Amino acid sequence: MQPILSASNLCKRYGRVTALDNCDFELMPGEILAVIGDNGAGKSSLIKALSGAIKVDSGDIFLDGKKVNFSSPIDARNAGVETVYQTLAMSPALSIADNMFMGRELRKSGFMGKVLRQLDRPAMERIARQKLSDLGLMTIQNINQAVETLSGGQRQGVAVARAAAFGSKVIILDEPTAALGVKESRRVLDLILDVRARGIPIILISHNMPHVFEVADRIHVHRLGQRLCVIDPKDYTMSDAVAFMTGAKAAPGTTASAA
Amino acid sequence: MSNQSEADGGLVARVESIASFEHQHTMLSRIQHALHSNPALVPLIVLVLSVAVFGALLGTKFFSSFALTLILQQVAIVGIVGAAQSLVILTAGIDLSVGAIMVLSSVIMGQFTFRLGLPPAVAVACGLAVGTFIGFVNGWLVARIKLPPFIVTLGMWQIALASNFLYSGNETIRAQDIEASAPLLQFFGQSISVGGAVFTYGVIFFILLVLVLAYILRHTAWGRHVYAVGDDPEAAELSGVNTKRILMSVYALSGLICAFAGWALIGRIGSVSPTSGQFSNIESITAVVIGGISLFGGRGSILGMFFGALIVGVFSLGLRLLGADAQWTYLLIGVLIIGAVAVDQWIRKVSA
Ligand SMILES: Nc1ncnc2c1ncn2[C@@H]1O[C@H](COP(=O)(O)OP(=O)(O)OP(=O)(O)O)[C@@H](O)[C@H]1O
Ligand SMILES: [Mg+2]
Repeated sequence: MQPILSASNLCKRYGRVTALDNCDFELMPGEILAVIGDNGAGKSSLIKALSGAIKVDSGDIFLDGKKVNFSSPIDARNAGVETVYQTLAMSPALSIADNMFMGRELRKSGFMGKVLRQLDRPAMERIARQKLSDLGLMTIQNINQAVETLSGGQRQGVAVARAAAFGSKVIILDEPTAALGVKESRRVLDLILDVRARGIPIILISHNMPHVFEVADRIHVHRLGQRLCVIDPKDYTMSDAVAFMTGAKAAPGTTASAA
Repeated sequence: MSNQSEADGGLVARVESIASFEHQHTMLSRIQHALHSNPALVPLIVLVLSVAVFGALLGTKFFSSFALTLILQQVAIVGIVGAAQSLVILTAGIDLSVGAIMVLSSVIMGQFTFRLGLPPAVAVACGLAVGTFIGFVNGWLVARIKLPPFIVTLGMWQIALASNFLYSGNETIRAQDIEASAPLLQFFGQSISVGGAVFTYGVIFFILLVLVLAYILRHTAWGRHVYAVGDDPEAAELSGVNTKRILMSVYALSGLICAFAGWALIGRIGSVSPTSGQFSNIESITAVVIGGISLFGGRGSILGMFFGALIVGVFSLGLRLLGADAQWTYLLIGVLIIGAVAVDQWIRKVSA
């Protein structure tokens, strides 16, 4: 089977820091691929490279087998790759609805929309409300509330809802449950499973091993800017995974070659 | 048992103290939230109050349609420039070159007509084009080369002002000459009067400009993107805003609006003078700040700037009619500026 999104030999340096060091990556159709690794291992750099948020120094990215060259997140989005960044990428002073439709606003039909370019606020608000209640996030009362007035978890929920609503090919989630309570994390995990059921593959970065082992089909272990190995959660325990990613235990591939 | 009830008593007391705290909290925070969603409210209240106070002190001398529309005429130029300034400040930038672009554009309109003999309409178009171009260069330097807006426009201020003096040879074109051979240049000086109220075309342009920009900022994607860029440029970029294009268009539009201000300036003073409008950059920033637009970008509304400009006008005229030293105006404006920024900081804490 051909990977839906893949990358080979990605390199990215920030001055003397090497964030990505000849990194390979493969996401298969319909799967949930977890990416785990220590702080600073380069996980966020990897998905930023995949989503066009950073330019790599070298290496290639393929979507559906075709080489792509995303020069901005807009390009990636237009190709159906939707991302929730670790920083959430929301404009604090703007409303939930504004944020959900940032860069893909709906305009009214007819003269008001075509000539006066007026936004269709009622439609955007309706859809935003719908998406949030799908996520069980209707503790938010007012869709026109500024994002900065939301709690950290609610903000994260809005960001996830935005990605889930618009992703058509690949959805990338960089630590989507980091700020969430138990109940909200549950909702996000259910949402992730829902999205997979719709046939859309997901890249999930997380430090939460129980979450990872619950939903992931495969686990990409990232270490020192590289893909150390890819493991099947059914074959290994959580402590194995942590041992691989911290270097306490040799990874499967490397043990084989050493033996 | 006694322990238990003590604990209960403590708990009750604590709950009560939280409740009373919450009550105070909601009173203040309701105001804070109202201001957060309607940033033009503070300047509007200040404006209404100051009109009421001067009206009470001065009676019909101040509270007449003539005097009130005179205020509009006096603030129209600063207000138009302030509209340009508002756009730039909303993106968390600043434009120190607004006044210089205005004067240079007016000089080009005048000199192209009188020295090069171009038809006035063509000369005006050239002035508008030059203003837009200078704004675009500012935007390009800010967005592409990533230079700080303060530095870029500080430099451009000097460049535009020097070009203005070099090109004009420091020479004023007299009002009579313009009136005789190129009345189009004084277009914005024409007026209509309704009863005692006098609306110059410059005033009407100012009001329309504010309304159009308010619509654009609130109801179009471009407007939302301007706020997003000023709020958090990185987040805006990641969530699909072409931040470079937004910045360049904002500075270019600012240049165009300043060029219109230059045209309106000819209407206001009658002549084309390379030494006019020296303080427009500071005056426009004053209107913007008093109008409640945050210098940190992303917050505020252009209506606030409109009220801010009017507040300055009301204070100037009111104090002059009272016979007060003009320095009192500056002193009070200074107080308002500091007060406005303090309120802005407070509103920002709404999320905390
Ligand atoms: N914009 C930047 N400028 C300089 N260095 C950077 C930048 N972004 C990332 N780095 C560096 O690249 C390395 C990888 O960072 P990255 O954010 O990809 O790690 P991560 O695996 O996502 O970590 P975490 O689990 O803490 O989110 C780190 O050493 C970091 O300091
Ligand atoms: Mg990260």
